[in-house]
Amino acid sequence: MNHKTKRMPFKTTAQKIYIGLIFLFLYAPILTLIMLSFNASRTRAKWDGFSLKWYAALFDNREIMQALWNTLLIAFVASLAAVIIGTVACIAINRMGRKKRAVIMGITNIPMLNADIVTGISLMLLFISFGFKFGLGTILLSHITFCIPYVMLCVMPRIRQVDASVYEAAMDLGASPLRAFFKVVFPDILPGVLSGYLMAFTMSLDDFIITHFTKGAGVDTLSTKIYTEVKKGIKPEMYALSTIIFVTVLLLLFLVNRTPKEKN
Amino acid sequence: MKDKKDIRVQKIMNKKLTGQLLSAPYLLWSLIFILVPLGMVFYYGLTDKTGIFTIENVTAIMSAEHAKALWLSIGLSLVSTFICFLLAYPLAMILANMNVNQHSFIVLIFILPMWMNFLLRTLAWQTLLEKTGVINIILQFFHLPALNIINTPAAIILGMVYNFLPFMVLPIYNSLVKIDPNVVNAARDLGANVIQTFFKIIFPLTVPGVISGITMVFVPALTTFVISKLLGGSKILLIGNVIEEEFTQAGNWHLGSGLSIVLMVFIIFNMIISAVFDKNGEGNML
Repeated sequence: MNHKTKRMPFKTTAQKIYIGLIFLFLYAPILTLIMLSFNASRTRAKWDGFSLKWYAALFDNREIMQALWNTLLIAFVASLAAVIIGTVACIAINRMGRKKRAVIMGITNIPMLNADIVTGISLMLLFISFGFKFGLGTILLSHITFCIPYVMLCVMPRIRQVDASVYEAAMDLGASPLRAFFKVVFPDILPGVLSGYLMAFTMSLDDFIITHFTKGAGVDTLSTKIYTEVKKGIKPEMYALSTIIFVTVLLLLFLVNRTPKEKN
Repeated sequence: MKDKKDIRVQKIMNKKLTGQLLSAPYLLWSLIFILVPLGMVFYYGLTDKTGIFTIENVTAIMSAEHAKALWLSIGLSLVSTFICFLLAYPLAMILANMNVNQHSFIVLIFILPMWMNFLLRTLAWQTLLEKTGVINIILQFFHLPALNIINTPAAIILGMVYNFLPFMVLPIYNSLVKIDPNVVNAARDLGANVIQTFFKIIFPLTVPGVISGITMVFVPALTTFVISKLLGGSKILLIGNVIEEEFTQAGNWHLGSGLSIVLMVFIIFNMIISAVFDKNGEGNML
């Protein structure tokens, strides 16, 4: 797609305006939320001047902090478990025959292609029928389930690129299978594993629908907490918290993207 | 000679054995948490409260109320999928032409909003769209007519496009950057003009990405209950809202499951289409 034609300045300006409008569309709600977090008024209907009070109030709000802790814990554990299960599965599937591989990948993609509401109720029915106790555990199991396909989507292409003979060479030279894997194969697939982890973490963090059906009474993540607050009106502390999360991630991504450039 | 062959056979056997051994935990996991739960939906959907087989829960979709919700869902999700496509294709082309050397950067820009909660982002549109909201204040400033779409199907479409646009952009972008520039150059050298090159070369090569994008947008749009609840007021019911209420409020899991089976017909149809057009997984999001 690098077809070099003499671009008219008009064309590039139009392109820039178009991209600008799309990004305005994508980021306008985020700007709105950031603005609301500094709004002195409790309601989002009017602007009462700049204030930092919701940031101060946030840390005293037990319920929100508990929901934040639950959200982060679930995202951390679920994506870690999904990365381990997903990576091992990729290695195993890569060694299988074409037909078997196609069938298993088809099943793997179900949670990703299926509607979240169907995944949510199907897991809810499973937990009810087998007498699981609804709570953090059921949320965790559900999140691992829908995170695995995203991990495999990231790891599978990397695994397929790994030259099998390198691994065999390591074994021929006396390395144990495990050592050969960690010394030879793992470094090659690491970027895929990392992006899989990031993807799974993000998906888990942003999920509402599946959590809605698989959580027990009294256990809340940020999403489900917000959903119950919708009718009463969202607590402004919530805007403050999501602003903090967003800015933190933005800074982290900025730092991560900066470092490799400087090395070059 | 014989020894060597034995070793090789043994190696292959080992490879197969470890493959099966390594895949066991995952296969067990997908059996318990993917296949069995789906089986449960079919079990509940095809039985009544006493456990006797019935198709009433599925045919309940034909009742006036449910059929209306389904048609509205189909209509709104088709419109928003189409709008997503119209917005995403030019955007993906511009991004692909920009020669950004960091492919991950493009992906990040679209994934980044997800770090702000999905419900809050959708709720923010309320603030933007309200009668006295930000957009109307700006429109008023320029003496333009006010935009009153909150609590209408139009607001739901906007919410769908907003939430699912990245799922259309990324696969199309990915299939565009994979196109060999020489193919495009060859077409131009052979005398095709810009429009011919686009319709004969570029667009056909991006069909897997487009199909994947359509699937990724259509399914969540068809089945959403959150966007309609937050932006459509409480009066507009989509099929997702009906199912959600059966599970969380009415407590009729059999009916809820039966209606989900109807939804799954659409989803499976969608999966088949994407499998036919995108055999090699070329149109993947990442």
